[in-house]
Amino acid sequence: MTATAVETKRKTVHLIIERQDNPDSKPYTQEFVVPYVPGMNVIACLMEIQRNPVDKDGKPVAPVTWEMNCLEEICGACMMVINGKPRQACTSLVDQLEQPIRLKPARTFPVVRDLVVDRSRMFDALKKIKAWIPIDGTYDLGPGPRMPEKDRQWAYELSRCFTCGACLEACPNVNERTSFIGPFAISQARLFNEHPTGQMHREERLEALMGEGGIHECGNAQNCVEVCPKGIPLTTSIAAMNRQVTWHAIGAWLKK
Amino acid sequence: MAQAQQSSQFLLRRLHTLAGVVPVGLFLLEHLFTNAMATAPNGAVQFNRAVDVIQHIPLLHFVEFFFIFLPLIYHGVYGLYVAFTSGYNAGQYSWTRNILFMLQRITGIITFVFIIFHLWTTRFSGKAPTFQMVHELVSNPAYFWFMIIGVVAATFHFANGLWSFCIHWGITVGARAQRVTAAVTMVIFVVLAAVGVDAIVAFTHSA
Ligand code: SF4
Ligand code: FES
Repeated sequence: MTATAVETKRKTVHLIIERQDNPDSKPYTQEFVVPYVPGMNVIACLMEIQRNPVDKDGKPVAPVTWEMNCLEEICGACMMVINGKPRQACTSLVDQLEQPIRLKPARTFPVVRDLVVDRSRMFDALKKIKAWIPIDGTYDLGPGPRMPEKDRQWAYELSRCFTCGACLEACPNVNERTSFIGPFAISQARLFNEHPTGQMHREERLEALMGEGGIHECGNAQNCVEVCPKGIPLTTSIAAMNRQVTWHAIGAWLKK
Repeated sequence: MAQAQQSSQFLLRRLHTLAGVVPVGLFLLEHLFTNAMATAPNGAVQFNRAVDVIQHIPLLHFVEFFFIFLPLIYHGVYGLYVAFTSGYNAGQYSWTRNILFMLQRITGIITFVFIIFHLWTTRFSGKAPTFQMVHELVSNPAYFWFMIIGVVAATFHFANGLWSFCIHWGITVGARAQRVTAAVTMVIFVVLAAVGVDAIVAFTHSA
């Protein structure tokens, strides 16, 4: 029986994966063919490679590494570049992807190994813009003010960001020549500035957005809103924060 | 210190977008309007008269320097820096906005080169700014096409820049507002480009 006849007998999935052994080594590609299972996602393919780590020609290779947690598009950990677009591996269904499926790490971030990247810069960005609501005191501060329902509804949308990094990966202005903190951080500043208690630290967030790598680095390419798996209105958040920093800057200058 | 330097980055960027509209953008409109005089039936007379009015603006050199050259140089030079620090990934992400983002930077660089050459052959050529002078210039086909490309690039850069300006200054916030402005600015581009090209063609006819 010829090879093609075997292939037609058993349905398979063809993957081309860009790999890298350690942070400083050179990337290389390897091809894999795994048995098809109805309804399988990209993670299932990677698990199959891990179970039986052989390449397309049956040669044993080191199993491919990747990150995952929730498997239901909630944690953000499994973001990688799939067929040229950054997205979550756990919700990328093989049936909906063109084959061969090309997997690459999101190189906006330092690659740790294979598809695993180090997204620390995102957490640094969140710290920079103070993406939290300080409620600790030496005594019980009591309940905070209530949030109007109509604001809560859109703020909830923003709160769904899971720091996956797809928006940074797609943004042309997140690159080696800038220190842009990325679209998600601007949206998070908007979220916490909207919260009635978070508002108390509004100015500090605005100052941070006007600081190094801040909102001015955005060039409105608007790729972020196209790739965000949570459908967060990032470009609206950026424009809304532009409005806030503009008023803040003018106001601060007039107060001096 | 570092903090002060950084918030000056913010300020420099904001001044860059502002300068592009006021005064540079306004000057572009004025310039296109003056050129359009050449399309009148007695174009040469009309154009020369319009130029004459401008020549009699009080403190002309002062106005020209502070309201045109200085902001123009700032917008242009800082713009080159912006174009250099931007990334370009429209090959991988070919969404309309990302392509326009790239075109904004490319037309910016074209316009930069165009303006230098344009000023050198007109304003700083030592010749009197008359219909006849422009006519002689655009009679050269290479110069004519250079002008056409320059005018189209400049008007696109201005119109699309208006769209961006509205976001940078927090004027258009929602997706719908941004879509509407995108359509409006593209209409502005087509109209201004047509006015500009029309004038260049008018200059090719001898007085
Ligand atoms: S904004 Fe969207 S794309 Fe960006 S990190 Fe959050 S969830 Fe991911
Ligand atoms: S594993 Fe959590 S988002 Fe994919």
